[in-house]
Amino acid sequence: MRTAVIAGVADHPLRDGKLAPDGSVLAAQARVAAAALADAGIEWSDVDGLLSTGMWGVPGVGQLPTVTLSEYLGLQPRFTDSTNIGGSSFESHLASAVRAIERGDCDVALITYGSTQRSDRSRNLGGRAPVLTMQHETPYGLPTPVGGYALAAMRHMHEYGTTSEQLAEIAVATRAWAALNPAATRRELITVDDVLASPMISDPLHLLDSCLVTDGAGAVVVTSEEHARASGVTPVHVRGYGESQSHWTIAAMPDLTVPPSAASGRRALEMAGITVDDIDVVELYDSFTITVLLTLEALGFCGPGEGGDFVSGQRTAPGREFPMNTNGGGLSYAHPGMYGIFLLVEAVRQLRGECGPRQVAGARTALVNGTGGTLSSASTCVLSVA
Amino acid sequence: MNASPAERPLPVVDADSARFWAALRDRKLTVQRCGTCGRHVFYPRALCPNCHAELVDWVECSGRGTVYSYTVARRPAGPAFAADAPYVVALVDLDEGVRMLTNVVSTPLENVRIGARVVVRFTDVAEGITLPLFELAPDPLPTDSSAREGTA
Repeated sequence: MRTAVIAGVADHPLRDGKLAPDGSVLAAQARVAAAALADAGIEWSDVDGLLSTGMWGVPGVGQLPTVTLSEYLGLQPRFTDSTNIGGSSFESHLASAVRAIERGDCDVALITYGSTQRSDRSRNLGGRAPVLTMQHETPYGLPTPVGGYALAAMRHMHEYGTTSEQLAEIAVATRAWAALNPAATRRELITVDDVLASPMISDPLHLLDSCLVTDGAGAVVVTSEEHARASGVTPVHVRGYGESQSHWTIAAMPDLTVPPSAASGRRALEMAGITVDDIDVVELYDSFTITVLLTLEALGFCGPGEGGDFVSGQRTAPGREFPMNTNGGGLSYAHPGMYGIFLLVEAVRQLRGECGPRQVAGARTALVNGTGGTLSSASTCVLSVA
Repeated sequence: MNASPAERPLPVVDADSARFWAALRDRKLTVQRCGTCGRHVFYPRALCPNCHAELVDWVECSGRGTVYSYTVARRPAGPAFAADAPYVVALVDLDEGVRMLTNVVSTPLENVRIGARVVVRFTDVAEGITLPLFELAPDPLPTDSSAREGTA
């Protein structure tokens, strides 16, 4: 069986969190797709797989995103996947693309995401429509999605004594990484006090515990190792992947301190045949600071309840012992609604050694963990260069 | 909760939930109880999520529970809740063993704590719609054994 690898990645330039140059959500994806293909040294005519999802064009053409996007891009793919499990979708798309290429269902798979939510001013904290299962939550006014994460943070603080200062450490360290990334939206350094002094949104989460609201678009090209080498690019291998989902309504989350990345991470690491000790760089979905802390525990980088201590003392900042969210993350680089594809883009760039001042020296193996919904879904990938 | 009925997102009652909402109009908080495994189930649905038997039986709850977690919404969940902010949204574990999202409407907000005992307060929010909100119970707080470390 042939081996599938990542051959190219791209993200769309932003200015003040908006697409630069501006364009529709379809134009943004077309541009990043072209850039990722150029990065891979692969022609449009070789693309025969398309994986994409999003919140754009719903209701309407966005309900069938790969069909709409294929037409816009002038593609007639023989393999598509529009799985939507929230922000973690793109880690699942990567696994799906790998399987498709290994089986021979397609030869070049293009994964895209785009959003113009900031330009559109389309976000507020309103909940999901109060139909079906959500009729039992939306009427109570939980700010969405921050409120669900706030409930988890409050519970973690109650059970383990985790503090707002410890959560703030994550935002501070992530901003320090963003300061090293010219493409990041927010680059001015912040302190723990700045985070604690920022407006409280939903106790105990402050504004600076929360991700940005930006536009954005990203693309990943997956193909066979043979094709990638023929194109002259450094192939990034997908050593393992895993997926898990535990709930959609927050009341149904079995334990508010244990996200489904506990299961997805275990599966990915087992498939890769490695442990967390073998990971050089970590890219974790950071919708909120608590998302990161819970994920670190769930993946086994520290024990249950130890996340607060783990991130203290700026341990995850540039130059420190645990390089994490090295592009500045959803907290400071960009967060266009569903962030997962940017975790993959940054991990690939780190493994290819392209990150300049924020490059993690000797990065050979990366762990990427996407989180979707309200800690609802998780998808983990282990990537490496030979 | 002062949001006007016209603005507030109201539950869209369906065949699964009609009996639940009808009982609330009669000031009764009811949940399903699985006749096979004995588990109480919330929200209403066709099959038990534990043993997948068909759910047939309903029971009336005591209306008492314990706060599992909560948040104070300083920013509202959209314009419909703007007049209410700040307000408490909580996960309450009913004594029957099910967890539900709700509001704890007692003031001051600072009195709401994880582990606090609460009791249902039926609140009419629109024609035919009564929400099971909660308030702090008058009885003293129970010993809270849910913290996993020390006496935090």
